Amino acid sequence: MTTDDAQVIGLTLGTATLSTLIIFPFGVALAWLLARKEWPGKSLVETLVALPLVMPPVATGLILLTLLGRRGPIGVFLQNAFGTEIVFTWKAVVAAMAVMSFPFLVRTVRLAFEEINPRLEHVARTLGASPLRVFTTITLPLATRGMVAGAVWAFARALGEFGATVLVAGDIPGRTTVMSVAIYSDIQLGDDGHAYQFLGVSAVLAFAAILFSNQFSRWGGAR
Amino acid sequence: MRFQCRRLQLRQGAFLLQVDLEITGQVIGIFGSSGAGKTSLLEVVAGLRRSAAGFIALDDHVLMDTSARKFLVPEQRGVGYVPQDLALFPHLSVRKNLLYGHSHATLSSRVDLNHVAVVLEIESLLDRSISQLSGGQKQRVAFARALLASPRLLLMDEPLASLDQELKSKIIPYLKRIRDEFQIPMLYVSHSPEEVTQLCDRVIVMRDGKCLRISRPEELFEASTSMALKPGVYDSER
Repeated sequence: MTTDDAQVIGLTLGTATLSTLIIFPFGVALAWLLARKEWPGKSLVETLVALPLVMPPVATGLILLTLLGRRGPIGVFLQNAFGTEIVFTWKAVVAAMAVMSFPFLVRTVRLAFEEINPRLEHVARTLGASPLRVFTTITLPLATRGMVAGAVWAFARALGEFGATVLVAGDIPGRTTVMSVAIYSDIQLGDDGHAYQFLGVSAVLAFAAILFSNQFSRWGGAR
Repeated sequence: MRFQCRRLQLRQGAFLLQVDLEITGQVIGIFGSSGAGKTSLLEVVAGLRRSAAGFIALDDHVLMDTSARKFLVPEQRGVGYVPQDLALFPHLSVRKNLLYGHSHATLSSRVDLNHVAVVLEIESLLDRSISQLSGGQKQRVAFARALLASPRLLLMDEPLASLDQELKSKIIPYLKRIRDEFQIPMLYVSHSPEEVTQLCDRVIVMRDGKCLRISRPEELFEASTSMALKPGVYDSER
């Protein structure tokens, strides 16, 4: 394994971690709103959030490219406001990973919130707790396992993201090449051995993430 | 306690809860079959559901008055609630469950933890987790938790419904102790004539979301061992 390979692995882990950290608070908040509240436009938001699960990742990538590109509304705004360019940079990798893994986080955490008996929260209110205290002392602790599982699934999904990433971030060695893209490039170039090395690393990372999630669930269940 | 529930209206799909009553008593039973609106009424009193119209007051303490646009949120009502499934916090120890609402009680009205623990015989359970408790122990811990928030009123929603007859007869004396020792008024929902007769001094009979009549328990049930409802109870309007 060369320093370039280590750099690819490092970029993959770094961008997957960052995308998970960025989407986590939004994902938890949205999951709670979907699980516990009725509001206008809820069905529309539910559908939008689920779209990346069913649409071809390349199509999602094309939407991102349209929005974040130099002539896209978000791209223009970011360029004018912060002088930042997104597409074909590591930031585009993070954006693609975030969008593609967001539904996994929201669905898992939403289920965790829905499993909590609402009467626990009702009783806590009658015992004098404000909605914020109920959320921090009852809802969040009881949803911890689901939130960790959601974050791990989102992270694992981000590690494997390819279609949207390659469209919006490309394959620029040292800048945007992540493991999934490197595997594809190696196969295209006939360097199967190198691709298998990345395959091994990907499998180990995904295995470790899911093992951790399952162990954490068991530990939480045995508490 | 004088409990006023005036012009109350709550619609849930096809079901309409319509209650207009005033009743005085220390332990007031709410009696009726499933779907009569008993739990809905408790949830409105606790502030967990918002009714379209109505006025609710305990003595001079107004909990809601839609004509004056007044609505106290649950944490400001001082109304303790023990639901049918008890809703003990599974991630907290017994002690932490008990103390959850204790800090919110004002110092002058604060019920003492040790006193409650002795009365309900749960002193030895304080450091256990909820999953280590038996059914009867959970019941007593749920009562204690509600008491320790020093409520003006305790709402009990069929707290003994899930227990077998033997356990029920063991728990009823604890409820009597709560009534006699702490003098906290109760609204006690049940469809058990036995519980209502033993605990309540007045009973509201409900059916299809409405209050049919208000009676003393002995006026409602046959004095025989069968504890059957006297004929005509559901037929008579107040």
